[in-house]
Amino acid sequence: MYTQALNTPDREDRCVEDAARAAQFQARIDAEERIEPNDWMPSAYRKTLTRQISQHAHSEIVGMLPEGNWITRAPSLRRKAALLAKVQDECGHGLYLYAAAETLGASREELVDLMLAGKAKYSSIFNYPTLSWADIGTIGWLVDGAAIMNQIPLCRCSYGPYARAMIRVCKEESFHQRQGFEIMLTLCRGTEAQKAMAQDALDRWWWPVLMMFGPPDKLSQHSDASTRWKIKRFSNDELRQKFVDATVPQAQFLGLTIPDPGMKQNEAGNWVYSAIDWEEFNQVIAGNGPCNRDRLAARRKAHDEGAWVREAAQAYAEKRRQRTALQAAE
Amino acid sequence: MTVANISVSETPLVLYTLRRADDALILGHRLSEWCGHAPMLEEDMALANMGLDLLGQARELYAYAARVEGKGNDEDKLAYLRDARQYRNLLLLEQPNGDFARTMVRQFLYSTFADLYWRAMMRSGDATLAAIAARSEKESAYHVRHASEWIVRLGDGTEESHRRAQSAIDELWAFTGEMFAADDSERGLIEVGVAVDPAGLRAPWLKAVSEVAREATLDLPGNDWMQQGGRDGRHSEHLGHLLSEMQSVPRSFPGAAW
Repeated sequence: MYTQALNTPDREDRCVEDAARAAQFQARIDAEERIEPNDWMPSAYRKTLTRQISQHAHSEIVGMLPEGNWITRAPSLRRKAALLAKVQDECGHGLYLYAAAETLGASREELVDLMLAGKAKYSSIFNYPTLSWADIGTIGWLVDGAAIMNQIPLCRCSYGPYARAMIRVCKEESFHQRQGFEIMLTLCRGTEAQKAMAQDALDRWWWPVLMMFGPPDKLSQHSDASTRWKIKRFSNDELRQKFVDATVPQAQFLGLTIPDPGMKQNEAGNWVYSAIDWEEFNQVIAGNGPCNRDRLAARRKAHDEGAWVREAAQAYAEKRRQRTALQAAE
Repeated sequence: MTVANISVSETPLVLYTLRRADDALILGHRLSEWCGHAPMLEEDMALANMGLDLLGQARELYAYAARVEGKGNDEDKLAYLRDARQYRNLLLLEQPNGDFARTMVRQFLYSTFADLYWRAMMRSGDATLAAIAARSEKESAYHVRHASEWIVRLGDGTEESHRRAQSAIDELWAFTGEMFAADDSERGLIEVGVAVDPAGLRAPWLKAVSEVAREATLDLPGNDWMQQGGRDGRHSEHLGHLLSEMQSVPRSFPGAAW
């Protein structure tokens, strides 16, 4: 059922690292040219992008679960339709990100298998539970907000198919972000119980959202090459700071308190946040977050229980092909 | 603390509209349960699409029912503050998703009916219902196509898919008779040209369903006994669970807007 790769690269040929080609490649990157699927690229570039794009795709698909958890309990018909449409958008993002990864020679099937086997990562944020309706507002407001901070620079990423996918994803994400903020605004202008629900959600999500930008710059292992290749244009800490600076006034507008009593604004106007608990981040990445097991189990269940459906579709397509061939022969 | 049921003055037109609104909401809700759990991502998209169409239909129908009733109810009160005995949907639509074959057979049986029904309702003497019918017909035509294609793939796919699809048809068949029934309340609307008589749609429905089933190498059951009661609020046990989940948030927060 999975589509095949757009092109089947001649791996042997492409993997031969050639100093002259590598220099030419870097010159193209430096000149802000887009690299396209059939262009020569260093195997490390291909590998880095395949990893990053597929992790991004997995994040969209696993990310359907925490929000999907509230589709059947959305508190109004308008919210229910908006949430269902939003989760559907995420599925669409996953689909075109897998398609972008396939242009690098990987197949969706093998990438999905790696994720189901627990060998490929997805965003750590989706390993936290959604416990109230306010979590849906908070995810839109903060998680999508953080994703946008990360993804807007990716619209200028050196790899063409990824950059183009990001342009479309970012448009939809910013719509989701506004929708999330609007849920929060409604709660914060609502009853005392609703306000308390909103504050509780912010208290639980704030620190995990800051962790979404990845480890601090001094510890990040992938950044150097990614920066040289213009896959990454800002460091983790730079993006995190941009996000915090954009979010603090929004929280103030909502009348919510960011759960960081030590946070202060410096002379440059940046909000300086307290130390992040990177041990928690490492534990979640290592599989010990509150929902890691549930998320993978849900994806595996969908995959396993869907196997007979995919087999049926394949068997039927094959029967049809044979019948058509037979008719043509007659 | 909980929020109590509303009461609805079920004049024939209010009741008629509520029944169709409940159909769309309950099936749309069932489809939304798949989101994130479908057999393939393309089907996550398609099931959500159909669910969104149905939620859209439900919202228009509830809004119209509330307007006709004129007692200050609105789409959310009608959806969230009536209990199972006040719901008027077809029993077929509240049946649990089961496996993918069960979901697709349910969709196929209903959408084939709904498409015929809304097409006929486009000529309703009630301008609002005729407009809702025109929109709903476009959507249900796509649902019929999507579900029919799956019925054929599953029926004529593997041994396992055939067995599952056949079992779904056998299980759900007894819920199809209710689609073609009309009570006295509805008969009055049929007589004045506001509603159409669903009994007249039985033959074209059976023809359409039989054609797809034949291509799918599936048998239609011979049993004539049909379950009824959904239109009067006598439901299967499944609906109460669906509603208690769906309504849990608004029921728990008195005075809240969302």
